[in-house]
Amino acid sequence: MKHYSAFAVAREALRYHTGWERAWRSPEPKKRYDAIIVGAGGHGLATAYYLGKNYGIQNVAVIEKGWLGGGNTGRNTTIIRSNYLQDPSAAIYEKARSLYEDLSQDLNYNIMFSPRGVIMLAQTQHEIRGYQRTAHANALQGVKTEWIGPERVKELVPIINLDGPRYPVLGGLWQERGGTARHDAVAWGYARACSAMGMDIIQQCEVTGVRQENGRVIGVDTTKGAIDCDKLGVVVAGHSGQLAEMAGFRLPLEAVALQALVSEPIKPCMDVVVMANTVHGYMSQSDKGEMVIGGGTDGFNNYTQRGSFHHIEETVRALVETFPMISRLKMLRQWGGIVDMTGDRSPILSKTPLQGCFINGGWGTGGFKAIPGSGWGMAQLMATGHSPLTEAFSLDRFKEGRFIDESVAAGVAH
Amino acid sequence: MLILNCPCCGVDAEESELAAGGEAHLKRYGPGSSEDDFHDYLFMRENPKGVHFERWRHANGCGKWFHAARCTQTLEVFGTYSAQVYEPPQEIKDAITAKRPGWTWRDFS
Repeated sequence: MKHYSAFAVAREALRYHTGWERAWRSPEPKKRYDAIIVGAGGHGLATAYYLGKNYGIQNVAVIEKGWLGGGNTGRNTTIIRSNYLQDPSAAIYEKARSLYEDLSQDLNYNIMFSPRGVIMLAQTQHEIRGYQRTAHANALQGVKTEWIGPERVKELVPIINLDGPRYPVLGGLWQERGGTARHDAVAWGYARACSAMGMDIIQQCEVTGVRQENGRVIGVDTTKGAIDCDKLGVVVAGHSGQLAEMAGFRLPLEAVALQALVSEPIKPCMDVVVMANTVHGYMSQSDKGEMVIGGGTDGFNNYTQRGSFHHIEETVRALVETFPMISRLKMLRQWGGIVDMTGDRSPILSKTPLQGCFINGGWGTGGFKAIPGSGWGMAQLMATGHSPLTEAFSLDRFKEGRFIDESVAAGVAH
Repeated sequence: MLILNCPCCGVDAEESELAAGGEAHLKRYGPGSSEDDFHDYLFMRENPKGVHFERWRHANGCGKWFHAARCTQTLEVFGTYSAQVYEPPQEIKDAITAKRPGWTWRDFS
């Protein structure tokens, strides 16, 4: 792998950019790997990367049904924050946020991390109490957040309308080191680094079965033939249920569609991320100038990767009241992704009833921000059988009643 | 937009009139049942990519509950039927078989 640097850009400029090589190889699968990761999205690639980097397990394949980063990694609103209420959530999301800080240097790939700050607006009395509680919890967890009043919100977001008749802005939970990153670049950067370690990223290859012997995983069947492995990591978001069925166990997950949209590009007008959970809308401005808007979920099982118009209407209607200047923007694109939701709205990172098979899923509507931390913890779990980051997120927490309830704290705009 | 015919009042109700109520035909386990049964009843849901049976409520309409048979992959609706049954009626099963031969859902087929 050739190192990316300012010098490399200058060198290539002098020779008509003929020296750039492909960022990652596209090899045919080998007969056997030490570990196979199913799903080449952010979480899967991060898992593979930290398996190699932290534990020296480099005989790894990442198998992807479609194309790399083409699922929810390419469909989210790129928000990064770690202001969660419960301790296990704060630990894994803060680990992720802190890894994002120097991920570009670590991967030698510009992921455009922009710690521009995230405000979660409080628009009801209930939310004020909720966010103040979260701010106190964050102080104890060592996550830097702060409760701010409406005047400070206006200072940070001049285009906001504080006195909407229906949804007045009463304050907000402010995380200064939250922000956004280029979502595709996160997948591409991890893929390039994995490929450089000698890992195989196999795209357009669907897993059709999980092979097992005496309660242990021994490999997978794919559309490119059978591949053997010692350990299997299932990191497939919306399709976790399908993979689990192949492996012979069930997961407490349901798949629903979550959608987002972007406006036409306009001049810079908002340099922070604003989330409004009461109205199920969140907005930030991309580097291209588009307003990136995230909406709510459908609320019923859905695998279509499509949104529905009336949800967009609801989201935009509420946002127009809070940001009157966006009322005349044209919306350019709208899309949906399939997210897997657990009962307590927290992910599952766990061993499974099938020995050697691990699951990382259930991130629901908030997976992008967690990618590095999730990969870090999942790699530790797969390599050593135990990780303090993922311990609380095990599958048996439902049976034992150890919920990590973020549904109240995070709501829909998660 | 999803449109379901409410079998209680006969209206073709749009998604915004309806409230989704989750998986249909759950068998309820309470005190005295095994831990596994209770766990599955509380948390494990069918999550098929394809034929699915659900409870819906015509919330902004007649307010009544009913059942719907739907495809989660295409959003196609196979039919709606009364809430007061333990399993889908034969005509609903036939309607699904006509479009998805060989379908199964839990013990139904």
